[in-house]
Amino acid sequence: MADTAVDVHRGEPHGHDDHHHGPQGLLKYLWSTDHKIIAMQYLFTGMAMAVIGGYMAYVFRMQLAFPGISVPGFGQVSPGEYNSLVTNHGSIMIFWVAMPVLIAAFGNYLIPLMIGADDMVFPRINRLSYQIFLLSALILLASFFVRGGGFGGAWTAYPPLSAVGSYNQTQIGATMWLIAVALEFVAFLLGGINFITTLMNSRAPGMKAYDIPLVCWMIVIASILFMLSVGPLIAGAVMLLFDQTLGTGFYDPARGGDPVLWQHLFWFFGHPEVYVVLLPAIGITIEVIATFARKKIFGYKLVLYTTVATGVLSFFVWAHHQFVAGIDPRMANVFTITTLLISVPIAELLFVIIATLYGGSIRLTTPMLWALAFVAEFLIGGVTGIYLGASGADIYFHDTYFVLAHFHYTFFPIAIVGTFCAFTYWFPKMFGKMMNDTLGKIHFWGTIIPFNFIFIPLFVLGIGGQHRRIYNYQHFPELAGPGMYRLREVATISLLIMLAFQLVFFYNCITSWMKGARAGRNPWKANTLEWTTESPPPHGNWPPDQMPNVYRGPYEYGHPDREEDYWPQHQPT
Amino acid sequence: MAHAKPLATLRSATGIPTGRLAVWWVLASEVVIFGGLLGSYLMHRIGHPEWAEAAAHTQTWIGALNTFVLLTSSFTAVLAHQAAEKGNGKEAAKLLGFTILGAITFLIVKSFEWANEISHGYTITANTFWSFYYTAAGLHALHVIAGAIIMGVVAVDAYRGRELHRVELIGIYWHFVDVVWIFLFPLLYIAK
Amino acid sequence: MIERYLIQASTYAGSIDGIILLVTVLVGFWFLAAEGVFFWLIWKFREKPGLKSQYLTGKEKHIKRWITFPHALVLVCDVFIIIGSVRVWYDVKQQLPEADSTIRVIGQQWAWTFQHPGPDNELDTDDDIFTVDELHVEVEKTYHFRLESRDVLHSFSVPVFRLKQDAIPGRSIVGWFRATVEGEYDVQCAEICGIGHGVMAARVSIENPNQHAAWISESSAAIAP
Repeated sequence: MADTAVDVHRGEPHGHDDHHHGPQGLLKYLWSTDHKIIAMQYLFTGMAMAVIGGYMAYVFRMQLAFPGISVPGFGQVSPGEYNSLVTNHGSIMIFWVAMPVLIAAFGNYLIPLMIGADDMVFPRINRLSYQIFLLSALILLASFFVRGGGFGGAWTAYPPLSAVGSYNQTQIGATMWLIAVALEFVAFLLGGINFITTLMNSRAPGMKAYDIPLVCWMIVIASILFMLSVGPLIAGAVMLLFDQTLGTGFYDPARGGDPVLWQHLFWFFGHPEVYVVLLPAIGITIEVIATFARKKIFGYKLVLYTTVATGVLSFFVWAHHQFVAGIDPRMANVFTITTLLISVPIAELLFVIIATLYGGSIRLTTPMLWALAFVAEFLIGGVTGIYLGASGADIYFHDTYFVLAHFHYTFFPIAIVGTFCAFTYWFPKMFGKMMNDTLGKIHFWGTIIPFNFIFIPLFVLGIGGQHRRIYNYQHFPELAGPGMYRLREVATISLLIMLAFQLVFFYNCITSWMKGARAGRNPWKANTLEWTTESPPPHGNWPPDQMPNVYRGPYEYGHPDREEDYWPQHQPT
Repeated sequence: MAHAKPLATLRSATGIPTGRLAVWWVLASEVVIFGGLLGSYLMHRIGHPEWAEAAAHTQTWIGALNTFVLLTSSFTAVLAHQAAEKGNGKEAAKLLGFTILGAITFLIVKSFEWANEISHGYTITANTFWSFYYTAAGLHALHVIAGAIIMGVVAVDAYRGRELHRVELIGIYWHFVDVVWIFLFPLLYIAK
Repeated sequence: MIERYLIQASTYAGSIDGIILLVTVLVGFWFLAAEGVFFWLIWKFREKPGLKSQYLTGKEKHIKRWITFPHALVLVCDVFIIIGSVRVWYDVKQQLPEADSTIRVIGQQWAWTFQHPGPDNELDTDDDIFTVDELHVEVEKTYHFRLESRDVLHSFSVPVFRLKQDAIPGRSIVGWFRATVEGEYDVQCAEICGIGHGVMAARVSIENPNQHAAWISESSAAIAP
């Protein structure tokens, strides 16, 4: 069977600074296979990319509110640069922020800890996945500095615009963008194998399927969704790459190709992709709400089944992105039906989360505020999606700012609120210190309130007929009035305020890490296994002879037979 | 290089070895990649009956030869697995060697085939049928190369009596590479 | 809702606004209900000293009702929206009423060319009138448009008609509209098409029969030999 070279040093007590394995110093971090270190690498890379993506939003929003302005820290924005900024903002936020932070960082950190394992089952493949991911990020960043600049054909990269350099005027950037995205896909395919097989096989003794914390399930189901949906887009990307570099005509109508084929391949992946990032955020929200409402999740199996149903249905809705794209009009009716039906399991999921609050004892800590904000804001994103799934309404709303506001009301809760929720909740475990809760709350309100003032004006602009990816609305009389510009200014100034408050977060992180109160093993009095080990956990997570066994589910809060209102999974009955 | 395997690798809550689970998941994602590519090809082909003219120039007998080569190499991979099951690392390595030989033969035959076609002007840009032909067969060939390399590493370990369970795993991957070809062959060579 | 910003200038603008209103009413109800219950629960079950949380597994019927009923109701609402939407979609995109006139709309990087049929009201004849970035139509006449592209994807969008259709190179896509209000309004390109995407602004001029006839004869005179 398996050849097991067990590390003889594992029995010795050792702390955070492990001297017994492999290279020392900086090399240890570059070459580590420890899932927690790889998680940190993904986390910090993702957060750095978020700063870059946020900077891009700052630049283009300044241009939109004050056309022709020389943006401080950038200069004047040309139409070509504008297209590059919006293209790369979108690409970065989805592929280099949401996915690495929510799936790779928290998946890597939490899954082994929450199932009572000492690492992932394929640590070297894990390391390889991060290295490929880092390479993809570097290629994308490098693309901004080549002749022509970064790719300017939108994150959706529709050909013929994306296939022909003379059309998009960013020929080298376009190919580098495509290669960066393809490498990112490979990194996540590799990472997914670890998450899926580790969850399936390496659980602590006694941990049955329904004892697994829901955030682990969510990350693994998301990985499965990703793996099953990205294939056609990889095929499509190879074809686009060949069109760009070899002069093939896969998407060129003049040579028997079809531009709409790309759209189908892209969105067949693109739609499940939004659930790939949604599921981990919901998982994080569930963990935090259970802990701070001191309540068992209302319907563990219901959550699981509706999640799987959502995942399966998500493969059948993609063409709602293409209602007016020239598809057969009869097909549109099919996709309206499937798209509206998918609102049913998602609504159910949200209802279950809301119902969990009933009978709880709710403590409004910073992580809990983020989790509750996720629900409140995502509801807006979810309901505005109905307008776009209804084909008749979508005729008007397609490509307007209504779409943009809708997906920011889904993506922002997912990627930003979800991240801050997870980060503030697991910070004590990851770094061994408590974050300052007052600063946390200031950061929370300073983010959430401005967020709404950015995107509600954008809903209004969309209703008024404003289309996307246009650098200056002065050419459109119906969009150039003072009322319209006031809305753009409100959105932009709110963005500036929101960005300013992020400094509070960084300040809190650094000062808490350096001199925050020491966190014990379980500062939140939670039930799941990660809270049974030291903060931060040592290499191997527990001493080899103290690996936990599991005796119950993860959400046994408020149990009537107990005096305490929580009952950790690892405590024998 | 010595590497401490985590205790996590010793567990199997599902009863299925972790390595086998991993290979099946890899194959699932590969099926969707090739499925997407071949599905796109099929949709195009149905919409462009005039491609039959271009498709007539693929060399069916070479394709058939390569099919036979791959099937044989899959057979030797099965035999290698059987040897590994019995603990006979050296025999398994030898049989894996034959499989790799099959891969190399496949690639050499393909090089001649493509050189021939290119010299007749059937290049990747000649028309969209040929674009699909080279892309699909090329992607497949890349998987053959990658598979052969990994198989070489597994064979070296097996020869030394180590990691014999991996012989089965690379065998599963190899059968998949074979199956993809079984789809490519009729689509590119027979359907004219 | 949209009328606050843009008039309804076509025969189907009203029905598109109608389905949007239906969605607003249904979705607005759910939104307010869900957020209302949500915030009420946060307030009602806030931490109180000495009071322990309840142990609820999800099988309790009296709470589960609050999920299964809304769940079913959401489905019913979805059915209403689907029916409404399919009807509007059929009206705008699947049926093609008889044309009083046909025009060709050609998008390219970065301008709109409009081919009007001219005095003989037949497209692709010698007296056709070509304009750039200005479309002239007569009010209360049904037009078919043939939408084409010379290079990349574009999209023909007239917000006051509530009309939108992507233009694909290599294809000629047919659609229709019937204008109901006179005036001059924006035409936008609704699919990113390169660095000039933002300057592909055109205008549609909806004219009464006299104005339109006058425009036709002026433009024809201009190209007459």
